[in-house]
Amino acid sequence: MSTLWELFLSFLHVGALSFGGGYAAMPLIQEQVVLKHHWMSMSDFSNLVTLSQMTPGPIITNAATFVGQRVAGLPGAVAATVGSIFVPLIFVSILAYLYKKYRRMQTLQGILKGIRPAVAAMILSAGLLILIPAVWPRGRFNAAMFVLFILSFAALRKWKWDPILVMLLSGSAYLAVCLL
Amino acid sequence: MEKEEHVYRTLFLSTLYLSAFTFGGGYVIVSLLQKKFVDQLHWIDQEEMLDLVAIAQSSPGAIAINGSIVIGYKLGGWKGVAAAVAGAVIPPFLIMAVISFFYQAFISNYYIKTLLAGMAAGMSAVIISAVYDMASGIVRGHDTVQIVVMMLAFIANFCFGISVIWCILAAGAVGFLQSRRESV
Repeated sequence: MSTLWELFLSFLHVGALSFGGGYAAMPLIQEQVVLKHHWMSMSDFSNLVTLSQMTPGPIITNAATFVGQRVAGLPGAVAATVGSIFVPLIFVSILAYLYKKYRRMQTLQGILKGIRPAVAAMILSAGLLILIPAVWPRGRFNAAMFVLFILSFAALRKWKWDPILVMLLSGSAYLAVCLL
Repeated sequence: MEKEEHVYRTLFLSTLYLSAFTFGGGYVIVSLLQKKFVDQLHWIDQEEMLDLVAIAQSSPGAIAINGSIVIGYKLGGWKGVAAAVAGAVIPPFLIMAVISFFYQAFISNYYIKTLLAGMAAGMSAVIISAVYDMASGIVRGHDTVQIVVMMLAFIANFCFGISVIWCILAAGAVGFLQSRRESV
């Protein structure tokens, strides 16, 4: 089997089975890339995870691009990345179609009414999972980070600043504080 | 026709721009998409946005990509999906392809590490601000069951680590039973 095809199929597998986003995908990527195909060592893999958290973009597509590029150059990166979004593309499009078609149905209305508050709760939980390790790294209170969070929140809500600007400013301000 | 093209272009440029700056996972981009399409453009209403997020969340794959797919489909059908997904994939693809060449130097750089660590504060503020809008919409509805579901789902997921998919299925079941009871 050609390497490109193998890359495509491996990441197709990862993309198809990772219910629940990035953290659910990690063990699947590890299984395919480290254990099955030996494209990477375990320490390379943990660097990849760090790298994915530091760069924009989802961990699944980041890993696909990174591994594909290292194994087979640009064609490899394309094959793996396309593989990683292939199944979600079909699955989500079908759900979006069904939603558009049946959302006026009363039963579905009821189900969705139950789901909406749970979605808001899940997003809050994801936000706290980023905030808490930043403000209390290893059990110690990081005051600068806490102040930055409060300022960012105020900038977004009271002064309606652009969210991307707020994120970049909070990163720059933290770097400045650490250097001083 | 011109209006349609405007929709595709806005979809592509929005996901391209947001995806290029979205550090730290799918919920950041979901919050940004909500700000763009619900608050600024008013192309999607708050309730529908929550439904679309639920679809993105309960499907396999990255939430950022899935979110772009549902919003693309909602606003522009299959062509909208193509525009939104292309926008969402291109920035991380280019960035990772370049980084894979000199990744050792990149991950050990103090300035980059500190800058990115500091962005966590802004990122969580963006997410929590989006939740504030979603949750206040629900609380204003004065539906006790919805408010209880929201609190229980938070406790289940955050305190007990019960996965998103189970929380969504359980909440859907509650909604189903409630609508049955009301219709009787």
